[in-house]
Amino acid sequence: MKVRKLAISLATIISLVAPPALADLVIPWLSYRTGPYSPSGIPAADGFADYFTLLNERDGGIGGELVKIIECETGYNTQKGVECYEATKGEGSLVYAPLSTGITYQLIPKVAVDQIPMHTMGYGRTSAKNGAIFEWIFNFPGNYWDGASIAINHILDENGGEISGKKIALVYHNSAYGKEPIKTLEKLSEKYGYELTLIPVDHPGLEQKSQWLEIRRGRMDYVLMWGWGVMNSVAIQEAANIRFPMENFIGIWWSGSENDVLPAGERAHNYKALALHGVGTDYPLYDDLKTYVYDKGLAAGDGSSIGSVLYNRAVYNSALLAEAIKTAQEMHGVSDITPVMMRDGLENLSVTEEVMTSWGLPGFAPPFEVSCENHGGDGLAMVQQWDAEAQEWNIITGLISSDKEVIDPLIMEDSTQYAAENNITPRC
Amino acid sequence: MQTLLFALEVSLNGFMTGILYALVALGFVLIFKASGVFNYAQGVMVLFAALTLVGLQQGIVPFQHLINNLLGTSIHGFGWNMPTFLALLLTLLTMLLLAWLVEKLILKHLVNQNPVILFMATIGLAYFLEGFGDLMWGADLKKLDIGIPMGISDTVEQTTYDWFGYGFFIDRLDITASIVAALLVIGLTIFSQFSKTGRALRAVADDHQAALSVGISLRRIWVIVWSIAGLVALIAGIFWGSKSGVQFSLSLVALKALPVLMLGGLTSIPGAIVGGLLIGVGEKLFDFMVGPMIGGATENWFAYVVALVFLLFRPQGLFGEKIIERV
Repeated sequence: MKVRKLAISLATIISLVAPPALADLVIPWLSYRTGPYSPSGIPAADGFADYFTLLNERDGGIGGELVKIIECETGYNTQKGVECYEATKGEGSLVYAPLSTGITYQLIPKVAVDQIPMHTMGYGRTSAKNGAIFEWIFNFPGNYWDGASIAINHILDENGGEISGKKIALVYHNSAYGKEPIKTLEKLSEKYGYELTLIPVDHPGLEQKSQWLEIRRGRMDYVLMWGWGVMNSVAIQEAANIRFPMENFIGIWWSGSENDVLPAGERAHNYKALALHGVGTDYPLYDDLKTYVYDKGLAAGDGSSIGSVLYNRAVYNSALLAEAIKTAQEMHGVSDITPVMMRDGLENLSVTEEVMTSWGLPGFAPPFEVSCENHGGDGLAMVQQWDAEAQEWNIITGLISSDKEVIDPLIMEDSTQYAAENNITPRC
Repeated sequence: MQTLLFALEVSLNGFMTGILYALVALGFVLIFKASGVFNYAQGVMVLFAALTLVGLQQGIVPFQHLINNLLGTSIHGFGWNMPTFLALLLTLLTMLLLAWLVEKLILKHLVNQNPVILFMATIGLAYFLEGFGDLMWGADLKKLDIGIPMGISDTVEQTTYDWFGYGFFIDRLDITASIVAALLVIGLTIFSQFSKTGRALRAVADDHQAALSVGISLRRIWVIVWSIAGLVALIAGIFWGSKSGVQFSLSLVALKALPVLMLGGLTSIPGAIVGGLLIGVGEKLFDFMVGPMIGGATENWFAYVVALVFLLFRPQGLFGEKIIERV
């Protein structure tokens, strides 16, 4: 018994004295595997982890340095997200990807002080696209205002360019995230003459009867949705209940996962959502993931979400960050980069078709470049549509561009206001 | 005229939604009435019941993540789907087992403790059960389908169109829920009024000490009442789970039940029903009439404001028992 106690004491002392065996490239992932938003958080966390496991197993990391993912559970709670940030920033963290607009807003001032970049892929504060003011924030390859404009452009395409007098409703999560597209949609309604109706849904969105009765009464032509979590699946069920034509119901890319459509069964057939990237597993990358990760029992999850929309998005997110690390390593001539170097890598990122092919993801997403002025990429997306019988998403359009004529001035206005409020001098 | 018809349609839908709220509130009332415990875990019991039902129905291996991690296996499912009736039966048995365990492991040790202690114990139970459900069945979203018809009722739409020139929307799921809720209340009333156990339940509800003194086993009554609350949770889980899919937000339906309880009273079964209907109709009508003027999304807070105002004038709720402490 004494020997056992001694051994435990020794082990404890050794663990306290010895420095932690840290990998050189540390990336925290603020996950939510628990709580109401876990069905969305789990595939994302799995995809993010699996891609970096692949790089470690197949390539020995990036530039010879292993990547270490620190997963911190937030439960999609903003306060916990901030706590996770504070707990992990001293671990040599290179970049944050919080997967939450609420957490993003809280971290924007903090990362600027701590000089750690944050990548909010297709979420967060839209005007952070202006890199001259938001030095540490990146939101490429697209933002919410791009999404709003792309959805309207898709509707324009379907109506021969004429949507004057059409009734379009925005069903949105009554939060900072859900309210993001409102200003853009209002501007676009002035330009194209459609009638916009705003319909908020409070968290979590389990009960939406009033909202959908309003849509039915108003005889809306199109419904756009900025939802997350259970709000999405309930909205699609309610749309089906009132027999709203699913092909006229378009969600943002955060309202277009399998979780959102499966509860409605075949009634969700033809529902549409915007897509930042390709769907399914028909890419060479998945062969490598199978060989080096899944078959070796190293997958982060149980495998049920592989190839799902949110898993693919996280894989794409991690591929972009890995490419930024590579860029930073090449720029600075060192493999063990710092967060400041990582910012440089992100700011000089060039994602070409050739680069995506090298990832094993040819044609997966639009090519784009990041610069000091433009932290948001080109704002291109596609439209995907749900096939309930085959239980799969299909990409049904080519790349659609957002209306820069409307969005760029909005971004400039909002970011300039932020700069004035926070005494920030534009740097480029 | 058109506005009046819309308001009528909104009221009818509020009525139906209120029944769904009442289903959740009923579970709270049953336990509070018999044991004086405000069961914080009722919402999670709804989730747990729905998770168990869909897990059994879809042939998911319980604790598969744990088994796979410990044994290095890759088990995901049994490879078959269980008939719905059998899955319902087994889920009900699971809820009965849960009731027995709650009494055995928690309540038994807290007899004669302050109600606040019991309330806190149910908070612990809620978080345990949520984590346990996650471990047992996984946190991914599951589609629940036990054959309840969903979507607009053509009969109601056509009939109202013939009458008023405007077809009302009523969800067939809500119609079924109303029928089931009515049967449930009738069943509970018959059980409570005409069975020996029901009389014992009422005796315990009236006075714990007096009931104990005439030989009624408090512990047995607790098991029974938690079992009935488990059944109510299962029914609520079926309807709410069919609407949204079974996932962890489902436990948040409890938030909808709280104003219902404040309005209807914590000790009255009819109070839960009437409270649910008033909240359902009230929040929908308010959102219809006032919502557009103040930006919408009024439902979450409106119910609580109504309940709060009501508390000021009738703290025990509409049907609750007035607490008079003599000194």
